[in-house]
Amino acid sequence: MKNLLPALLLLLPSFTSNATSLQVQLDIPVIDVAEYHAPYVAIWLQSSDKQITNLALWYDIEMKNDEGQQWLKDIRQWWRRSGRNLALPADGISGATRKAGSYTLDFKPLKSEISTLPAGEYELFVEAVREVGGREIVSIPFTLPVTSSQNLSVSGSSELTQVSLKIQP
Amino acid sequence: MKLKLSTLLLSTVLLSTSFMSQAHRAWIMPAATVLSAEKPWVTFDAAVSNDIFHADHAPFRLEGVDVMAPDGSQVALQNSTVGKYRSTFDLELSAQGTYKVYSASSGIRARWVDAQGKRKSWPARGQDADMSEYQNNVPQDAKDLNVSFSSRRIETFVTAGTPSTQVFKPTKQGLELLPITHPNDLYAGETAQFTLLIDGQPAVGAQVMVLAGGMRYRNAQDEITATTDKDGKFVITWPAAGMYWLNTSYEDDKAQAPATQRQGSYTATFEVLPQ
Repeated sequence: MKNLLPALLLLLPSFTSNATSLQVQLDIPVIDVAEYHAPYVAIWLQSSDKQITNLALWYDIEMKNDEGQQWLKDIRQWWRRSGRNLALPADGISGATRKAGSYTLDFKPLKSEISTLPAGEYELFVEAVREVGGREIVSIPFTLPVTSSQNLSVSGSSELTQVSLKIQP
Repeated sequence: MKLKLSTLLLSTVLLSTSFMSQAHRAWIMPAATVLSAEKPWVTFDAAVSNDIFHADHAPFRLEGVDVMAPDGSQVALQNSTVGKYRSTFDLELSAQGTYKVYSASSGIRARWVDAQGKRKSWPARGQDADMSEYQNNVPQDAKDLNVSFSSRRIETFVTAGTPSTQVFKPTKQGLELLPITHPNDLYAGETAQFTLLIDGQPAVGAQVMVLAGGMRYRNAQDEITATTDKDGKFVITWPAAGMYWLNTSYEDDKAQAPATQRQGSYTATFEVLPQ
């Protein structure tokens, strides 16, 4: 214990381990409606002082004249926290929308900056909004640096069935 | 007795009619205030009505409506139409940032009672005051002479992309709002702070009233009130998402001669979004 304390202090201002792996599983429900559109989805990490690390943004990237961007404001919380300050299309995070199903996203190979995030309290946010449909936002709190393997999850109630976060040191 | 009662009823009707005409409220309402994409369009309704945002009385005259772009330049309205009860127009937000859509006017008005006991005023209703004509038209020794300088501002804001603040730069003329909280960054449950300025100085002790739209669907006005402090500052906590109408007025005797009173009224439309 005596030896551990200085080691912890050294860790505090430093960055998280390079080995941190972060996997998000996202379940989009089947919704039985006459007019179904795959939801626009934003996935991001937010620190306690509202620093944002964008992980994914699914929208109609293929529409002519970038018309899909017109609806990005409807991913309201994400638009306020990050989207409105981004140059679009945002490189490295943008992708096409996905219909109902279960998707596993491994962010370790995609987002090298995760391993450089300062230690502290974080939340994983997933916000989904569907054209002529509803909107839902869920979050999972976690702490960096990661000291042990964790499987965290949260259930949604309308536009998201479940979001899971698997983190490993 | 019957006659008296009907006279009484009539005067009550007259009273309430004049109250109603006082209650007419002017507004410019955007269909959306927070926009994404390269060059988004926004459409606006503008009217004078009793119920906020329900066009039921008269269209808002568009001749006096101006638009300031995020860089401070002026932009023209597009597709303007004046209907029976409302006016509509569009704006293309070709620059990223915050636009101000506003109607601002001001002028001097003299009121007095002439030798025959008749009420007089100058300039004539709907006319602009030509100050070189002031001495010839306003008898300085008239009974109950009151000269006031009034200003009126009605506005709203819309933002493409990142909110900007250039359009908030005070003109220092009349009653104006200097946002501390950006008016296109308002969310249910949060508290917004604003400063009210009269001719560029804090307007102290002004009563501010805020009304939520959708008045037709509730029985009470449910107004939110606030009073500006010694720095002209006031705060509003938004109870729910929706469109809101803010109105305030201010009056004091610090007018520029020949006016002895200055009055200002300020009205704005704000959108509050859900969390």
